[in-house]
Amino acid sequence: MKIFTSNYLKASLLLFSFFCVGNLLAQEYETEQENSNDDNHLNMDAVFSRPSLKFDKVPVALGGYLEANTMHRTEEGISEGLSFQARRLTIFMAASISERVKFLTEIEFEDGGKEVAIEFAALDVAFHPMFNFRGGIVMNPIGAFNENHDGPKWEFVERPDVAVNMLAATQSNAGFGMYGKTYSGNWIFGYEAYLTNGFNSKIISNEEDKTFLPAYKEGEDLFEENFSGKAMFSGKLAIKNRKIGEIGLSYMGGVYNKFEDDGEEIEDKARVDVFAIDWNTTIKATGTYIVGEAAFVRVQTPETYTPQYGNKQHGVFMDVVQPVYKKKIFEWEDATFNVAARFDYVDWNVGKFEATNTNIGDQIIAITPGISFRPTSKTVFRINYRYEWQNDIINNPAERAATWYMGFSSYF
Amino acid sequence: MKTKKHLLGALICIPLLFACEALGPQEPEEYELLDGPVEDLNQAEAKRFIEGDKAFNDQIFTVETGLGPIFTGTSCVSCHAGDGKGHPFVKFTRFGQGLPGVKNYLDQGAPQLQNRAIPGYEPETLPPGVPHADLIAPIVTGLGFLDAVSDEDLLAMADPDDLDGDGISGRVHWNDRPDYVNDRTGTISENGKYITRFGKKAGMYDLLQQTADAYNQDIGINSFYEPYETYSGDKVQPEIDRATINDVVFYLKTLKAPLPRDQDNPDVIAGSTLFESAQCIACHKPTLRTSYSPIVAISYKEFHPYTDLLLHDMGPELDDGYTEGYAFSSEWRTAPLWGIGLAKDSQGGEYYLMHDGRARSIEEAILLHGGEAQNSRTSYQNLGQHEKEQLLTFIESL
Repeated sequence: MKIFTSNYLKASLLLFSFFCVGNLLAQEYETEQENSNDDNHLNMDAVFSRPSLKFDKVPVALGGYLEANTMHRTEEGISEGLSFQARRLTIFMAASISERVKFLTEIEFEDGGKEVAIEFAALDVAFHPMFNFRGGIVMNPIGAFNENHDGPKWEFVERPDVAVNMLAATQSNAGFGMYGKTYSGNWIFGYEAYLTNGFNSKIISNEEDKTFLPAYKEGEDLFEENFSGKAMFSGKLAIKNRKIGEIGLSYMGGVYNKFEDDGEEIEDKARVDVFAIDWNTTIKATGTYIVGEAAFVRVQTPETYTPQYGNKQHGVFMDVVQPVYKKKIFEWEDATFNVAARFDYVDWNVGKFEATNTNIGDQIIAITPGISFRPTSKTVFRINYRYEWQNDIINNPAERAATWYMGFSSYF
Repeated sequence: MKTKKHLLGALICIPLLFACEALGPQEPEEYELLDGPVEDLNQAEAKRFIEGDKAFNDQIFTVETGLGPIFTGTSCVSCHAGDGKGHPFVKFTRFGQGLPGVKNYLDQGAPQLQNRAIPGYEPETLPPGVPHADLIAPIVTGLGFLDAVSDEDLLAMADPDDLDGDGISGRVHWNDRPDYVNDRTGTISENGKYITRFGKKAGMYDLLQQTADAYNQDIGINSFYEPYETYSGDKVQPEIDRATINDVVFYLKTLKAPLPRDQDNPDVIAGSTLFESAQCIACHKPTLRTSYSPIVAISYKEFHPYTDLLLHDMGPELDDGYTEGYAFSSEWRTAPLWGIGLAKDSQGGEYYLMHDGRARSIEEAILLHGGEAQNSRTSYQNLGQHEKEQLLTFIESL
């Protein structure tokens, strides 16, 4: 839900009040860090595996994270200079209403408060480990990043292209569904399945001039009205072996256009279908952490619409993170230096031009080496250098851009 | 001691970072690019150029901002990537007129076929048997120079009755023009007709007409200048403001002329001589001169477009049976050759030359020349292989 200027003050006051009350009540607190690499956790648990402040006798936990960075970008030799960015401030609030009923919300302030969004606000009711109800504003379980996107967990300032510029992370919608997990020896199996509001026609009519799933966020009343009138299904199966790693298969799809108005058919129904596979593992011998995600999008576009808007997309990202120095530094126990590298690839329009039988472009490739320093696991300082090649739809010579980032992200 | 070492290490890292800025992509040479302004714009003109640049290259039209409902492209840049020649994936089909001055099929959407439609609408389809031609977008750089050539100079180059007996009989296009355009300095009219010079058939008077018409016919964007919707034919509220259209016109007028490359190459020099001896320069005039322009940077300047802006009979191979204004269907305006060597950079690495992109190389384009250009084509065919390569190298250097 976007809250613009008129509601911004109210939202800020509300959050401030929560903090004040929290501080007053806090007789003692503990912090809790549940690492995503924790043996019992899957990506789907990311929303609850965050550090938070817990207050004695009060069933409320508070937390959040802040991300800020500098950025210096050069495109084809031309730079707009150095920018300082406060990308996002995210607040979590969780409450245990009773033993088996929990509530958690995540509110994100992006670009200095220009955009305020409820990314997650759901009630979870545990009936059985394999059957839990979740309803409210839920994150669609597509790929790994969408549900596991907290800045402090990543070694890179930018989010992966496939996750934010092809898929729509962070993508959440009003709806409900269920999830569950089961364990057997070293194996963990989990699933999620939700029915939510879906996409809208902005995905094929937007200022990116390409099929662009994130453009659905520009739609109005996202959390109040389902644009197509048809529920979108999103679901995920994940399996993890504690000694090997985790792999997830996910799907999200439904009708995205308003094909009926006042009971009259005004367009043919058009679907969007998204498939994703994600993986993560840690090589025990070297401590190397590998995480990635690949996604495939199919969008039905009218045959007589412009080929500018493609009907097939695919993309992938992979991060490799290697801890290289782990010692006590400046009084921080277990401070860690990592070297890391990311590969990004997205093709927004897969196929060939009918007119020329040549490949359609509209793709990006980027590599991002980086260094990160983690004084604790909850805080990361990172320096990244991203070099990208982006082709326009015709496949003209790629535009090259290089960007330096230096920034931090920390839970609080 | 250890703490100091750590602190020192951290401090050393910071300057190292910014020392690596040189790793970034370097700016391409000016002659490698088609975009960019003419030299010597003043600051106000430079700002206006940037405004026009944004509207031309960044403004994407959507259903919400007025796209269509029937259209051929979603933005200026979808047809003119990098300000260069268009790609056949966005082609324009014009139809309905087979004879000079006789417009038909206006009630069926002529002259331009809007072959795309937003969801829920049907695009136009070509009526069976109708005269038509496919077109791809031209390069848009240097247009301000072409616009500022005086009518008098165009008439001086014309030789409609081939009085000099060289087989070339170029003529100006006396045509109608819309009321909203302003007279060019020194404009000449004859029997209510004006000399039009832009477009493949030289059917457009100036860049304002070209721009307003393109917004309307190509993107379905109505304006103060072209207020009639292509789909319904109704007069509707403008979907773009006049200032934006005028900024785009200013941008097109002040885009630099393409810069020739590799001019010291002996093959380029030899090719230039062959170009002249094959009489290619009879139509592809190497040098023109602007007259007065309110933009000082393009006023009274000599430039090298390799065109005469005149209509020429190009023979049956290029006669698609379709025409515009008072041109014959076999007549085409001499295409400027400047920037042709960079065409591939806006056409996905391939050549798509001539009016509809049918020529896949410069040589193929030469061999499609007929009519008044037949002699030049024959001259080319009679060259030895090495000389042919020199001539092609020269053209590619433009």
